[in-house]
Amino acid sequence: MSRNPDISAASSANEDVVRFDNVSLRYGRGPEVLRGLSFALRPGSFHFITGPSGAGKSSLLKLVYLGARASGGGIRLFGQDLARLTADQRPAVRRRIGVVFQDLLLLDHLSAFDNAALPLRIRGARASEYRSDVAELLAWVGLGARMHAMPATLAGGEKQRLAIARAVVNRPDILLADEPTGNVDPDMALRIYRLFVELNRLGATVLIATHDQDMVARSGRPALHLDGGALTVRAPQGAAP
Amino acid sequence: MSESFDPARWRPAPLLPATEARDGGLVFVVTVLCFLACLTALGVIAADRAARGWSGQLAGEATVIVRAKAGETPDAAAARAAETLAGVTGVVEARALEKEKAYDLVRPWLGDIADLEDLPVPRLVAITLDPRAPPNAEMLDKALKAQGLDAVVDDHSVWIKDIRRAADTVRWAGAAIFLLIAAAAGYVIAFATRAGLAARRDVVEVLHLSGADDGYIARLFQIRFAQLAAVAGLIGAVTAGIVGAALRLAGGGQGLTPALPVAWIDLLAVVPCPLLAAVVATVVAHRTALHLIRALQ
Repeated sequence: MSRNPDISAASSANEDVVRFDNVSLRYGRGPEVLRGLSFALRPGSFHFITGPSGAGKSSLLKLVYLGARASGGGIRLFGQDLARLTADQRPAVRRRIGVVFQDLLLLDHLSAFDNAALPLRIRGARASEYRSDVAELLAWVGLGARMHAMPATLAGGEKQRLAIARAVVNRPDILLADEPTGNVDPDMALRIYRLFVELNRLGATVLIATHDQDMVARSGRPALHLDGGALTVRAPQGAAP
Repeated sequence: MSESFDPARWRPAPLLPATEARDGGLVFVVTVLCFLACLTALGVIAADRAARGWSGQLAGEATVIVRAKAGETPDAAAARAAETLAGVTGVVEARALEKEKAYDLVRPWLGDIADLEDLPVPRLVAITLDPRAPPNAEMLDKALKAQGLDAVVDDHSVWIKDIRRAADTVRWAGAAIFLLIAAAAGYVIAFATRAGLAARRDVVEVLHLSGADDGYIARLFQIRFAQLAAVAGLIGAVTAGIVGAALRLAGGGQGLTPALPVAWIDLLAVVPCPLLAAVVATVVAHRTALHLIRALQ
């Protein structure tokens, strides 16, 4: 295991935001996609998940955002054992997690503004309470001039930033991103990365799955490396850009 | 562009797409079902009124067949019977019918023969009874026998029982048809909810992963289908109301036919239709959506 203080199998379960203990995952009766994963993330930490295609990066994220259930082992989020959560308790946990999905999952019949405001609506906030915050956030991610646009009319990078805005609008405790820079040019990738760093500085625990080894190397952040369903932890490789 | 978008004036858009191509088909089918349900309700109300009218008429009347004894003319026997019956408590009026009425009753069997008047045809006495305290056939019979009259009392009880049985049958049949139509409407809405969820699985998934609970998502579909059903119910009810009004106008005061008299007030029966349709849709869509959302997990 790494000596990084953010990743520790021995840290107190109550202090960890995410804790995996010998977790495995298989879909249906298929082969194990993940096996024996054990790691813990401390609050405010920033990690990448790396590995070749099919290594299980997205599956690991799915387990964290409650998009799949582990077939073995135990997962704790915010100190709560996911296996013991009732169906009524799971939405509250989900609301503490912001996710930038690999395929973005923007709602095509809603404007950029409505898409970004979605988690706040779900939380039950009144429009008057969050209008200005959403507008400010969209301006911050560079979509100030595209608030009314429908997703189909947005460029790839704009969609990506909209998905990020939606993921962070609720000020989540955990921010997950699955290949957030996969479809954008290097300049945009850098901007997006800096956005995540800024959110991390504001207190969010960040976990990003990526193929972009350069970004990982330049970031100076630790990485959870997946290969063949197994996990190894890689210490920071360089300085932050 | 951005100049035209003012966040301060922004209002949340519906989380489900406002219109879907298949909504038109759903509204049409539910409209037809609501129309049929309203017509059934109007038919049952009219049939019930007709049955009440007939049984009320029959219960308020009785007929006595008087046969003259030797030494007494049929007319004299009928007059004496009428006088006797008029004195019975609960009899409002007793009237000996003209002999022509009696002949009219037998003419279909005997034909229009010349010497019909020579036949000993029994005379009829029509009695009007007090509907609040009508005497029964036994009391009338006793009074007639006390006066030595050979008479048979028909208080129409056999007919009244038949009419009441027929009215009950119509009521139950109407209720069964109404429930069948409501069940069909519920099934159509459940089917549409399933199709809606399947088509908008992306929305369900995003809402779910964004922290919406099952009830929140189910309510979106519930509201959508309740609105559609209310619109369909309104169209169906208005159409049925127009048909009912046409039936009323076509038949004057008795409706289309005296057998099925539609009254203006009956048209109020269609008023709850939109609400009922929305309630059925709400319950069915909520349960279906909840079941499907849980199955998705």
